[in-house]
Amino acid sequence: MANITLEFEKPIVELEQKIDEIKEMSSGMDISNELAKLEKKVIELRTQIFSNLTPWEVVQLARHPERPFSLDYIFNMTTDFIELHGDRLFGDDKAIVGGFARLENRTVMIIGQQKGRDTKSNLYRNFGMPNPEGYRKALRLMKLAEKFEKPVITLIDTPGAYPGIGAEERGQAEAIAKNLFEMAKLKVPIIVVIIGEGASGGALGIGVGDRVLMLEYCWYSVISPESCSSILWRSWEHKEKAAEQLKLTANDLLELGIIDRIIPEPPGGAHRDHVLAAKLLKKTLIEELDQISKIKNEKFLENRIEKFSAMGFFKE
Amino acid sequence: MAWFKRSTDNIKSDSLKKDTPDGIWTKCPDCNDVIHKKQWEANLYVCSKCGYHFRIGSEKYFQLLLDEGSFRELDRKMKSIDPLNFSDTKPYVKRIEDTINKTGLYDAIRTGTGKINNIDIVIGCMDFDFIGGSMGSVVGEKISRAIDKAIKTKYPLIILSSSGGARMMEGAISLMQLAKTSTQLAKLSQYKVPYISILTNPTTGGASASYAMLGDFNIAEPNALIAFAGPRVVKQATGKDLPPGFQRAEFVQEHGFIDFIVERKDLKSKLTQLLNLIKD
Repeated sequence: MANITLEFEKPIVELEQKIDEIKEMSSGMDISNELAKLEKKVIELRTQIFSNLTPWEVVQLARHPERPFSLDYIFNMTTDFIELHGDRLFGDDKAIVGGFARLENRTVMIIGQQKGRDTKSNLYRNFGMPNPEGYRKALRLMKLAEKFEKPVITLIDTPGAYPGIGAEERGQAEAIAKNLFEMAKLKVPIIVVIIGEGASGGALGIGVGDRVLMLEYCWYSVISPESCSSILWRSWEHKEKAAEQLKLTANDLLELGIIDRIIPEPPGGAHRDHVLAAKLLKKTLIEELDQISKIKNEKFLENRIEKFSAMGFFKE
Repeated sequence: MAWFKRSTDNIKSDSLKKDTPDGIWTKCPDCNDVIHKKQWEANLYVCSKCGYHFRIGSEKYFQLLLDEGSFRELDRKMKSIDPLNFSDTKPYVKRIEDTINKTGLYDAIRTGTGKINNIDIVIGCMDFDFIGGSMGSVVGEKISRAIDKAIKTKYPLIILSSSGGARMMEGAISLMQLAKTSTQLAKLSQYKVPYISILTNPTTGGASASYAMLGDFNIAEPNALIAFAGPRVVKQATGKDLPPGFQRAEFVQEHGFIDFIVERKDLKSKLTQLLNLIKD
């Protein structure tokens, strides 16, 4: 993996390649001491680079084409996944997937936005940009979960809801609004996880829940840094600055009380190790589900409304 | 070549463009008709020739809809703070201050209680003049409190929207106002208090993707732009020509998202009729 290397990842990847070369050349010789030194250096270098990422670099990691997507997490975390298709109204949106699956010993409804990994699959998935039927399918599946009293897990990873002619005709705004409204009162626990990009209303459309978690190298905001830059500065040149200004990283959002918890990613980011990334997410999800199942008599519903009603900063 | 030569001087390139004189006339941006201001006001800021509904703010809507002297404003002086320390071409704090000074408004919505033909209601009305009617913490909180007021009093809730969407300068906090207002409306629906959403020109982005589309009744003014992504964004993203009337109230009604369209002059009587019908 890691065939695509971001600019700031290069020093790490180069050092790793060097280690591989040395290993190859040193057949029979004992170089374990040297190797250990170099491997330690890799870890140090990585820690140094990854603890000083700029918000724009985080955005790039969140969009890394080799990052695990919803289905990767579903396959690596759960068993017996049965994908359920269609909104029963118009069609089946490939940009949102969902279905029942077993997470350890419980059945969950797991729903996520799905990107493609190459041009062909990206066209099939519409680059992870849902149409209204995607949001309506998600809602239909959540209602199924409510009916059978299974918790809902949603995975957010979208560059935004699709701004197409058909999407507008079929009520993109209404589809998202309806989901916010219905998710607010869904009578089963909802755990939301941002696993990549969380762009605006398109992300929030499956993003109302009891707990909102975020992987380490993701972004979540009201607008993408590029669009923000083009509106406020009339050019895409200021995307780095916009990324800083928007406070869109997991650390910023935790501080602002928008998310509840940050989930660690494998060293160097989730794209470096899909299996480990899924393992870390699974562990967190089980903890969270255990916690929330202790809350009695649908008290979590009151808490959910309370949680979102309290968001905002103002003075009187 | 006399055919091509001007025999008399026409408009010179250096002659000043003549604007309509201040204070007497106004020009309809749709049909270019010149309207006398007095007539324009009497016609509730609607073009008498083509029916174009000029954008008006909260003050005029309250005058238009509410019984005289019945409006009691809530949370009038609630103001934005700058949670992200945001600065683009201007610091957000300064932008807020300048806009307050320019418009005399404190943020992009005003809320309160009032009476429509003697029926008690809770009302909110957005002001597009305040940073494009953008929704940040203050808009979210004022709507949230108006909903609590409606729950407490059991008065029907009416919100008039005019908004470009969520306010960028408050980042994800603005985005959360979509969730906040929608969860509050979910709460309201459990109390069987009616909520009427009136969509005026324009209602797009975060506003339409939350409270503006969630009315028990969605009512629009004629020709209002109602969209998630605005026409420019759609055109840019798809590279296609947009269908005629795309995202206008009539188009949106035709696609099933608006209950009815009502001209400004009929708004009060129509609301009265509707409120009376659901009352008994």
